[in-house]
Amino acid sequence: MKKSVFMGTLAAAGLVATGAMAQDAGSSTLAAVKDHGALKCGVNPGTPGFAAPDASGVWKGFDVDLCRAVAAAIFGDPEKVEYTPLTSAVRFTALSSGEVDMLARNTTWTFSRDVDLKAEFTGVNYYDGQGFMIPKDLGVSSAKELEGATVCIETGTTTELNLADYFRTNGMDYEPVPVESFTEAQNQFLAGACDVYTTDASALAASRASFENPSDYVVLPEIISKEPLGPLVRHGDSEWGDVVRWTLNAMVSAEELGVTSENATEMAAGTDNPEINRLLGVEGELGAMLGLPNEWAFNVITMVGNYGETFEANIGESTPVGLARGLNALWTEGGLIYSPPFR
Amino acid sequence: MTTMIDPPKADGFRISQLLYDTRYRAITIQVIAVIAFAMIAVFLLVNVNRNLASLGKEIDFGFLSNPSNYDIQQVLVDYSSQSSNLRAAYVGLLNTLFVAFLGCILATLIGVTAGVLRLSKNWLVAKIMTVYVETFRNIPVVIWIIATMAVLSEALPQPRAFRGENPDASMWLWDSVAVTGRGTYIPRPEWGAGSIFVVITFLLSLVAIWAFGRWSKRRFEATGQILPNVWIKLAIFAVPTLLVFFILGRPIALVSPALKGFNFQGGIQLSNSFLALWLALSVYTGSFIAEIVRSGILAISKGQSEAAFALGMRPSRTMNLVILPQALRVIIPPLISQFLNLTKNSSLALAVGYQDLRATLGGTTMNNTGRELECMLLMMMIYLVVSLLISSGMNVYNKSMKLKER
Repeated sequence: MKKSVFMGTLAAAGLVATGAMAQDAGSSTLAAVKDHGALKCGVNPGTPGFAAPDASGVWKGFDVDLCRAVAAAIFGDPEKVEYTPLTSAVRFTALSSGEVDMLARNTTWTFSRDVDLKAEFTGVNYYDGQGFMIPKDLGVSSAKELEGATVCIETGTTTELNLADYFRTNGMDYEPVPVESFTEAQNQFLAGACDVYTTDASALAASRASFENPSDYVVLPEIISKEPLGPLVRHGDSEWGDVVRWTLNAMVSAEELGVTSENATEMAAGTDNPEINRLLGVEGELGAMLGLPNEWAFNVITMVGNYGETFEANIGESTPVGLARGLNALWTEGGLIYSPPFR
Repeated sequence: MTTMIDPPKADGFRISQLLYDTRYRAITIQVIAVIAFAMIAVFLLVNVNRNLASLGKEIDFGFLSNPSNYDIQQVLVDYSSQSSNLRAAYVGLLNTLFVAFLGCILATLIGVTAGVLRLSKNWLVAKIMTVYVETFRNIPVVIWIIATMAVLSEALPQPRAFRGENPDASMWLWDSVAVTGRGTYIPRPEWGAGSIFVVITFLLSLVAIWAFGRWSKRRFEATGQILPNVWIKLAIFAVPTLLVFFILGRPIALVSPALKGFNFQGGIQLSNSFLALWLALSVYTGSFIAEIVRSGILAISKGQSEAAFALGMRPSRTMNLVILPQALRVIIPPLISQFLNLTKNSSLALAVGYQDLRATLGGTTMNNTGRELECMLLMMMIYLVVSLLISSGMNVYNKSMKLKER
């Protein structure tokens, strides 16, 4: 008798609970962001030049500017962003659980992340590759001489996988020292707990720039992988993916078309170039198609800047990070940065 | 004489009785509670399933057989980046058990010593132990772990300091142990021909120690005479093994670590992340065990020790023969939960980069495959099983120490 009572209750409970299901998981992210009044953006907890809070606690950096650009496109206000610093180990969980709306956190676009992890990469904002940094006094000039070295590595990154592959294919041994964050990796490296620090070359340059004596450290010439870094959103909401994708494209197109934060207002009065007019919302309804105000791209460019401007302001050669454009120059200047047309 | 409660009438059941009749009320409440609980559970399950389906991520454990593609620092069994994720999880589990096992032993040693010393009549010793207990148990363990790691890696010399004509640092114990900011390197035994006999002798002498202990105890209970047990046991422990060792021409050699390339090679490496985790967990848990031991000893009435003194027993013998056997009955049950705590706290290993189960299965594997739910469920299950095994093992010991009522 007892058992049947129990089973009966279970069945009843099941019916009631299924009936009570109201939560629908597939709702629109754009509407949710607008409702919330701010964009929830996942960023790196601290890579100088890419994402780091400045002395007064304001988030600054190349990746942060992407968050600000999306906020500017949606709200016409780049400050409407709530930043969530995420370590590499928790970033995807945070994204897929809805804790953040987008990730702008030097994340490498790979097949398995795109397909299996159910993330949607919405472009590449920095073409990077993995490199090695080592103290100069160890006298190593090539990554091939790293047999038996101790290597600091952030767990849960593509660099961890590349490292394993690189040493295996070259028949070398190494000892991994797994660390949880970029800052922790720097501390361990400076304390000498590892001989080598490996991560994306851009981050190596950024971290070397922040050292007390940058000239005591060298970045080895080998680049052992392709690391296309870009923003990503959850799989399954293409409208939201389009907003992030075309915000980045707008910044790139603006640079290509010579629209800058200074001359955008002037150009918004109307130009001879129809593509600039469409981009700035003078002609056509591109904004409305995205579910955004028509001057969305204008806001992005005036409030945040075009791709080249944010690059130079955060990580360009005049900054302490001092990265050359290299692969990240416009396609017209021999780089890989390219935007589909605004049409 | 009338009965206090009328017998229930067979035909008189009304719905309202479910609430107002004490005979049925308990059942009603239980049924409602079960319904509520089951509703929440079903709601959660359905919700999870629906959300996963809408993400296109149905529950699938296939990723466990795919190659892990990452390396692990401390490997107790064969493992490479080509091994499967399951193997990586197994390596992580072994690392968890390794640090938990050594942690429980060290924590017990520290805890028992500190607990007994805290009751010492020597004011300074007692106060020092009070300060130890209060400092360590009132600061979160993760802070101790990170602080220990920082001290180890910042304060100790790096391998390159051992290099050169006039090195800044030198090895300890006749150049056999290197204590560095990367870890401590100890000599590794090299097993030559005949070393198996040494090992067998050693194991046999362990059995002999156990047998001697039983015989000596029975003799003590029968005659009241006490042998110098410690010395005899030490002799059985060392003499036969050493004899065989030298007779066979020293088949087991010790290979000292030596600086080669970037690091020390040739010895056994105890990485700093392991040492930091092990020491911090042991010292932290030891402070709780100290309090448990102290309370256990204080629970034995003063009359017991007074009676022992009156019989002319020395303080150490009073402690060993009268107080501790009784105190253990009070100490063991809370001690079990401290062991469980230590095991579970070892999952903070990732803070210092020690790759335990949480860092492999619940860290890199989860992150690379994106199977959060599966990894979490597996991890919870494994921790649950490990904890239950520890507590059932300790319960067997507890039973053997319990007061036997005849």
